[in-house]
Amino acid sequence: MLNFSRFKIGLILISLLIFFYIFIGNFNFTNKYKIFLDKKVNLGLDLQGGSYLLLEIDINPLLIKKTQEKYNDIKKIFDEKKFDYKNLTFSNNKIQFELKNLSQKDDAINLINRAGRENIFLNNNLENLKKDFVYKIDKNLIILQFSDDYIKNLKKDTINQSIEIVRKRVDQLGTKEPSIQQKGDNRIIVELPGLSDPSNFKNILGKTAQLNFKFLKSSSVDKDNIGFEKIKNKADGSFIEVEKKLIVSGENLIDAQPGFERDTNQSIVSFKFDSIGAKKFANATKDNVGRPLAIILDNEILSSPVIREPILTGSGQISGGFTVEEANQLAVLLRAGALPAPMKIIEERTVGADLGEDSIRYGLISFIAGFLLAFIYMIYAYKLLGFFANISLLLNVVILISILTLFGSTLTLPGIAGIILTVGMAIDTNVIIFERAKEELKIEKSNIIAFDLAYKKSLLTIIDSNLTTFIAGVILFYLGSGPVKGFAVTLCVGLATSFFTAFTVNRLMVGKYIKNNKDKLISF
Amino acid sequence: MTNFDFLKYKKFFILVSASLVFFSFILIFSKGLNLGVDFKGGTTIEIRLEKKMDIEKIRNSLSKSKINNFSVKEFGTANDLLIYTDNSISPNDIKNILEKDLKEKITIRKIETVGPKVGSELIKSAIYSVLLCLIAIFLYLWFRFEWQFSLGGIVALLHDLIITVGVFALLGLQFDLSIIAALLTILGYSINDTVIIYDRIRENLKKDSSSELSILINESLNNTLSRTLKTSGTTLLCIVAVLIFGGEVLRGFAFAITFGIIVGTYSSIYIAAPILIFFKVKRDWSIKIDNTP
Repeated sequence: MLNFSRFKIGLILISLLIFFYIFIGNFNFTNKYKIFLDKKVNLGLDLQGGSYLLLEIDINPLLIKKTQEKYNDIKKIFDEKKFDYKNLTFSNNKIQFELKNLSQKDDAINLINRAGRENIFLNNNLENLKKDFVYKIDKNLIILQFSDDYIKNLKKDTINQSIEIVRKRVDQLGTKEPSIQQKGDNRIIVELPGLSDPSNFKNILGKTAQLNFKFLKSSSVDKDNIGFEKIKNKADGSFIEVEKKLIVSGENLIDAQPGFERDTNQSIVSFKFDSIGAKKFANATKDNVGRPLAIILDNEILSSPVIREPILTGSGQISGGFTVEEANQLAVLLRAGALPAPMKIIEERTVGADLGEDSIRYGLISFIAGFLLAFIYMIYAYKLLGFFANISLLLNVVILISILTLFGSTLTLPGIAGIILTVGMAIDTNVIIFERAKEELKIEKSNIIAFDLAYKKSLLTIIDSNLTTFIAGVILFYLGSGPVKGFAVTLCVGLATSFFTAFTVNRLMVGKYIKNNKDKLISF
Repeated sequence: MTNFDFLKYKKFFILVSASLVFFSFILIFSKGLNLGVDFKGGTTIEIRLEKKMDIEKIRNSLSKSKINNFSVKEFGTANDLLIYTDNSISPNDIKNILEKDLKEKITIRKIETVGPKVGSELIKSAIYSVLLCLIAIFLYLWFRFEWQFSLGGIVALLHDLIITVGVFALLGLQFDLSIIAALLTILGYSINDTVIIYDRIRENLKKDSSSELSILINESLNNTLSRTLKTSGTTLLCIVAVLIFGGEVLRGFAFAITFGIIVGTYSSIYIAAPILIFFKVKRDWSIKIDNTP
């Protein structure tokens, strides 16, 4: 096992050169000449400072809202067509009503199919068609429910929309290289490198930002008869009755900007509707001059201005005793749009930049200390062979870093610990080989044969022992998160590289040395 | 080469190990683990003060402000403090309260908030990952050796795992995700020594199937002793460097690995090898056993 063909030696040297080339790109001073790769190893949030936020979407309110819309549609069409029914109710994602007798069933289904966008289908032969709504008949009771497919799609749409809106919000706030990813079917990971005070982001990310314009309850009767609801007034915390009927919502906004009211110098947010919104707003305000409007954000009345004249331009302003910062935030939220469903921050990890710097320093110091200890020990224990091992140890770190650079893996503080640990384990590999050689030398007088046997016999043992650690590392990678994942990566890559350096570079050096000193007593 | 009679006191060491495992279990279930936010949920805030300050003052200031569940402790340097609260108050509010009350500039260095749901998910995935790792190692050893070896290896691993966790319970050290990473590393690493010894036992069994099993095992242990000690020793050198210089964040992690390597080396010699005698390992490796009925 000590022989290397010229071809193999060439291959080893070339690969080492490539790894060196990538490794050197990591240092700032090299890039002056633009000959090295402009790619550096990614530092994890725990090293460069930054914020990790895990957001969870709650789909239930959206489902309830959809059910309510459907309920409204059904009620409207039943009443319009004078359909005879009893006890129409809804709860969560279920709507039910009673028939006078079963013969009305087909009529009812027909009517429901015409109400709203979602369809239900009469018979099960239409398997291929997408069923939004399914029904069950229990005696005279008809129970309607959204289908699993519909809910699945709703979830998918909701998370996609939410990611889009989170991205807009994050972009508006401006931070360097944010990363936004989906996790599971209802979570979003937001990583904001370099950010040490995420409170502003947290305020904004958790807001649904559902903006609604409705009329306050007045003495005149609500002509659509949907009813009224009580909503909290932000200014004094009291509850005010407003019409359930929506005039226009934030969906129709095209712009929102913070500003100041000229007369009072108060912070305001001015907004602009798109053409549909402007038309709805114009129609509603035309007929209701003198009535107070409720501007509602996430179930809280921000302000309730009285309509003095019809607003035909499609633009207006919200004043609600904001601070400048609140007005800014509101404008950002309105521009980015409303989340389809409420979202909560369920996990946060933030590291300040100076702590990150401290961590890098600690990591480097312990790396140098660990490395030196290992270095000294190897020379003490194995003399020249130990020195060879140390060279391959150094190369091991170079290759490890360059692989991390190449694959864009993230280096974390536990990751640095992982590198130090692999230095320890890389020594193990060399120790196993050298100890075996010592044993073989006792039986075998020829240096060449003894070392050849040592490499051969150690190979399987080393594979065996490293593979088990590797297995643990892989499991850690799949189940770990954040910094721990960084540890798993360096551990696994480090095991592979230490195996490579021990059985190529180190074996090459040892082999050459043994061949040149065939008869010399090898001293350990 | 050394010539210790490792197996002479095997009963004694197995008894020692068994009682250590037993006490660890008692500690884990009676005293419990000092779970970090990763697992129990809540918020930890690491703050840095401009100058050193009495912890009592900070505790008073916080309890005055009607913050319910909180704890304050020193963390690393004298100016750094770690505050734990449940999720009822935001880190920034705490900062504001303290700054107003102490008239001192405070920098937030780290915030970790984990919701209760995420916490229980993390516990679950931690337990899964340790179990999965054990199963994978068991299967691997079974595939490479015989079932007696894999069983011996797993018993030794469980021994290391339980005692390490027991020490965390005993010392009240914080138990979080990084400790799970350390435990998995211990599993992967501790089996290294065992595999090297097993490899040698198998090699010797193939060479010589007539001598008594305990003599063979003892000889194999002596064959590999210097390797076992040197490999563990060199890895220890590196991880002790992390333990000393790696800072507060890595301390628990490095401690777990350091402790695990020591226990793991011990168990490879005194648990994993003697167990083969109890399980009556297959003697003759040259004959292929025909399992077909």
